[in-house]
Order: sequence, then C-alpha cells, then structure tokens
Amino acid sequence: MAKIRNFFHTVFVEWIYNAFWKELVVKKLKFDKWKGWIYLSPAIVLLLIFTVYPIFNTISIAFLDDYTLAGDRIGKTYQFGFENFRWVVQDTLYFLPALKNTMLLCFITVPISTFLALLIAVCLNAIKPLQRFLQTIFFLPYVTNSIAIGMVFMAMFNITGDTTDLANGSADTIGVVNIFLQFIGLDPINWISAGSSYWNNMSVAIIYIVWNALPFKILILLGGLQSVNKQYYEAAKIDGTPRWRVFTRITVPLLSPMIAYVVITGFIGGFKEYSSIVGIFGDDMRAAGGQTLQTMVGYIQNSLDPMSGDGEGVASAAALILFAIIFVVTMINLYVSKKKTHY
Amino acid sequence: MKVELQNLTKIFPSRNKKSGEEVVAVNNFTFTIPDGKLVGLLGPSGCGKSTTLYMISGLQQPSSGKIFFGDEDVTDLAPEHRGIGLVFQNYALYPHMTVKQNILFPLQNLRGEDRLSKNEMLERAHEAARLVQIDELMDRKPSELSGGQQQRVAIARALVKMPRVLLLDEPLSNLDARLRLQTREEIRRIQKETGITTVFVTHDQEEAMSISDMIVVMKLGVVQQVGKPQEIYDSPTNLFVAKFLGTPPINVFSGRVANEQLYIGDTAVLTVKGAPDGNVTVGIRPEGFIMDKNGALRCNISNVEVMGRDVSIVSTHNNSLNPTIRSIIDADEKPDADATVATFALKPHKVFLFDAETEERIYFEV
Repeated sequence: MAKIRNFFHTVFVEWIYNAFWKELVVKKLKFDKWKGWIYLSPAIVLLLIFTVYPIFNTISIAFLDDYTLAGDRIGKTYQFGFENFRWVVQDTLYFLPALKNTMLLCFITVPISTFLALLIAVCLNAIKPLQRFLQTIFFLPYVTNSIAIGMVFMAMFNITGDTTDLANGSADTIGVVNIFLQFIGLDPINWISAGSSYWNNMSVAIIYIVWNALPFKILILLGGLQSVNKQYYEAAKIDGTPRWRVFTRITVPLLSPMIAYVVITGFIGGFKEYSSIVGIFGDDMRAAGGQTLQTMVGYIQNSLDPMSGDGEGVASAAALILFAIIFVVTMINLYVSKKKTHY
Repeated sequence: MKVELQNLTKIFPSRNKKSGEEVVAVNNFTFTIPDGKLVGLLGPSGCGKSTTLYMISGLQQPSSGKIFFGDEDVTDLAPEHRGIGLVFQNYALYPHMTVKQNILFPLQNLRGEDRLSKNEMLERAHEAARLVQIDELMDRKPSELSGGQQQRVAIARALVKMPRVLLLDEPLSNLDARLRLQTREEIRRIQKETGITTVFVTHDQEEAMSISDMIVVMKLGVVQQVGKPQEIYDSPTNLFVAKFLGTPPINVFSGRVANEQLYIGDTAVLTVKGAPDGNVTVGIRPEGFIMDKNGALRCNISNVEVMGRDVSIVSTHNNSLNPTIRSIIDADEKPDADATVATFALKPHKVFLFDAETEERIYFEV
C-alpha cells in the first residue's frame, strides 16, 4: 500500500510541480522577476491603504474649498482653491493659539528633556550598583498609558475649591504637589483648577511632557554611552581632564549622533503633542475658565467634529500646515546636526 | 627618572563567585628601571605585563607593593599627578578632534601655574609633532590617517606634556609587518632623542629584543628573567625563557647526563663538565649546529631551505620534543642538498641544559 501511495505521491506532486509551477508560473509568468514584489506585497498593500491613500486624499481634500465629508456623501461638488488654508491661518480664535501652544511646548520641552536625559544617562552610566534597577524605573513612563499618567498628574497638581477657599483653608482636596509646597512653607499654587493662570497650566504640561519624554531619550543616550570606548576616558584621566571638560569635550561630541537623533525625534513628537494635554485637562484642553491649551493635533481633531467642527477640508489644511512646519524644523535640525555632529 | 617597583602584586577577585579563586595577575614584582632607558615587558598573553604597565600608570591600583618615581612614592598618587604619558594599544585618539586638537588636549587641561599661554601651547604641540614627524598632518582627523600615523599622533599626545615616564601598551601590534619594523626604530629614535624613561609591553620577542635596553620576561605574573636582550638570549635561566626568545625558536631534545657526557638518544653528543647525572631537557639554538661528517648527532633531513647568506636545514630526530629541528648553517659550508642524513657537531655555548622536572637551567663548564 505504502509503495503505491508513494508512487502516486511522486507522480502527482512532480506532475503538479512540473506542469503547473515550472511551466506556467515560473516560465510563462516569469515568477523569478516578480518574486521580490510578491514577498513584499502584504506590506505594500497595507501601506497603500493606510498611508499612501490617506496622504493623497488629505492633500486633495485640503484644496477643495469648504469640503466636508457629510456634503460629499450627499453629492455636493467642491471647487479647487485655497479657502481652507485661508480659513485656518485667519482663525485667531483657535488655530493661532494652538500654533502658539504647540511651538511653546516644543521649544521649551525638547531642550530641557534632552539635557536632563543626558545628565541622567551619564549618571546612570557612572554607577554600578542598582544600575539595572534604576534603568527600569526610568523606563516605566515609556510603557505607561499617557492618559493614565495625565490623570495621575491631574490628581497630583489638583486643588478643589477656589482661591478664597484656599486662603481660609477650606479647600476640599489638595494634591501632593501643593501639600509639599505647604510643607516647605510656601503658598499652594493653583496649578490646573478653575481660575488657574495660563503659565501655571503650561508649567504642569511642560513638567508632564518632559517627564514623559525622558525614558526614550535616556535609553538611546545610555546605549550610546555604553558603546563609547572606555579608553577615551582613561586617556582623559591620565591627562588630568576635569570632569566638566570630559563631559563637554569628549562625552557630548562622541554622543552627538544620538543627541541629534533624540532632538529630531523629540521635535517631531512635540509638534504632534495631544494626548498629554487631554490627559491633564480633559477633552476641552483647558482649565475651567482658563485660556485654551489646545495643540495643533487637538485643533485638527476638533475640526473633524461633525457637529461643531469646521469640516474635513479645514482639518486637512491644518494637517498639511503641521506637516510643513515639522518638515522645515526637521530640515533645520538635520542641517545643524550635520555641521555639529561627529560620526 | 628612575622607576622602582617593590614587591608589586596585583590580585583580581574571582569572576566566579562560587569557586572564589583569585587571579594573581602580577606576583611580587621587584625591579628598578634605570633613568632614561627603554625597557620591554615581554611575555605571552595573560602574563601580567599589561597589568604591570597599568599599575605604573596609576589606572590600576596594586594589591600590595610600592612604586617609586625617583625617590617619590607614587603608589597612591592619581594617574594625572604622576607625570606619565600613556600610549594605548589602539591609540584612543579622540575621533572628533583634529591631530592638532588631540595633541593640544593634555596641555589645555593644565591649571594654575602650569598653564601655558596659547602660543606656548601651539609651539609645544608643533614641537611634539615635529619629533614624531607628523607636523604636516595637523589638521587631519584620526580617521584620515594610516595606522602608523595614528600611532605617531598618540605618541606626540603622550609626549607633549613632557612626562617623566612614557608608557606604551603593545605599541606595534596594530601595524602591518613593514610598518612595524619602521615604527619600532622610530620609537627607539624618539626615546633616545627625548631621553625619557620608557616602558613598553609586547608579546613579540623580536620587537622587544631589537629596541630595548633591558627586557623583563614574564610568565603567569612571575618575572622569569631580567637583563639586556643579548644576555638573556645567550644565557636563559629556564626553559620557558629559552623557548620564548629567538627566531627561529630553540630546538629542544630530551636527553640525559651520565658521567659528564650528554646523551641524546644513545649517542653521547657533548662533554658537559660539572653537570650532575640525570634526565635533562636539552636546548640547542639553531646556530649551535656545525656540519661535521664525524658529528655525533644524526638527524634525518626533511628539507633544506637556501636563504643566500645561510642555509636552514629542517630535519627530524626521535628525541626531538619539537616536530622538526631547524639548524642554520653558513652557506659557505656547502651542505649536500641531496643528503638524507645530516651529522652535526655542537657549539657548547649554544647548548643549554634544563632539569627535566623543574625546567630550571643546569650549568656546565664550557
């Protein structure tokens, strides 16, 4: 029986292989030529659907005056034009504050977090005991949900009740930050509650974003530090180089490719800041009665709201403007880092 | 500057916590390096020569023992206060700085009254660069230099502070054969010109022999022999030193001494006056053989290599501890190229006897 089965198997499989695969697929359809493309096709199909098509669609929508998806669905036609862009840049009520907020957050948090990450990475690299443990601690924010962290921040900086309540000590709840301020003899600050000032709100956002951005930067910089040849430091030691000079003249230049990387990715991430603000201040992206802390992505998101939004055309135009800003800033970063970076 | 090492010992704690065995990298090393000399620390890898160098530099602390520079005890002194220049095996040039910046770097670290003006610094840097003949490469980056040029920059960087002692860790190991020959002469020249006491580490005996005033041969952390290169070559104190020095390496036979006659196999090959009876290991330098029709040592020739000036005869013998015996004969002796058996007489001062057990030298009257 086995022999017969083997025989059939051989005949059948070989026949299929020769007649179908070799003759048709390989020779007629020139499979070898297409092999690479066929292997790549799953990824390419996904990219086409979820990346390439949306990009082109966004660009085309942005140039259709006053486009909305709802209108498109009922067969309305739109004219080519720059109306959406004009609307966005003249939107002093929402877009310009969002642009200002995003810019401020970016240009304040990226330098601070990069510098802090560098210091922490150098310190972490210098200690032997507990290095792994501390590394894990510093990495925790990276794997924690940013909305959840935002809510914890909200609780930490919280004060319920208004300033008069605070003055006579009858505020209902008070966050740990203010408890600490009181403990060291300072007045509590209304960080994020009703009636808090713009810069108090901003400070909390900055602290949050810096802290949230640290782990990734520390990880990259620590990895860079650990691959630096120890002999550079031994050579520096023999020459009696002061610590600060070792840091500025040896460590930083040798780390410059990694520093450039975290700065560039930091700016790109910073311009897309959104969930942190929502995490702390909620959907409104503002403290009760305060100035808005809306970011560019927040603006785009709000424009998409079917009830109160300005429509998909405006959202697309804002997205393209955001893209242009990120593109320009990244180009500047690359240009500067090429001059300053040692590879 | 005279450098004195007293009972220097370095013990590394065990890597394996369970067994708890410590590693003695350098064991009770006592030695004085005379002022202005070039000393080579020579030994196979793991013999503790680099550890010794790093202890002199101060980058590693000795477990016990003392180090003196002149009369000053520097054992507990930090490396930067010892006044040393160290050239690393892979040079450790700062890759982001130009040659000039690399050489200037040690000077820019000086503080207080040692601080030089900018012009003085530049002058010193150029002086150091001229000494190692790289003054035309000052604006290049290390990656734009050849291995030999990088080596010179590293030496210039070490010399620019005018160190009391110059330390070189395997200075030639990253260079190709031709450059190695050239650079070792260069190191010798620079050392002679500056007169700085210099210690260098190498595992290449030829390198150590060719440029050192003195050699220290080490094995497993213990000093085997100290002396001038020629002295050590001519009179090794034990089998290890005899084997380690010399190219081609020494030929080793098992033999025995009876009635002041040295036997290799059943034939007496040499009279060894004063040597006690017993089993010995015999070392014969390649140049210790004389072609002699009546010679006592008969070997089967496997190959004759003609080198022009002299002839190298590769042969075998049952009592040889190496697979082949290599003897170097003056070409004028015109050895018969077709002969299958060579008979040798021996030059007594090229024959060393070692105790078969302890491998220590047994001396006899020549």
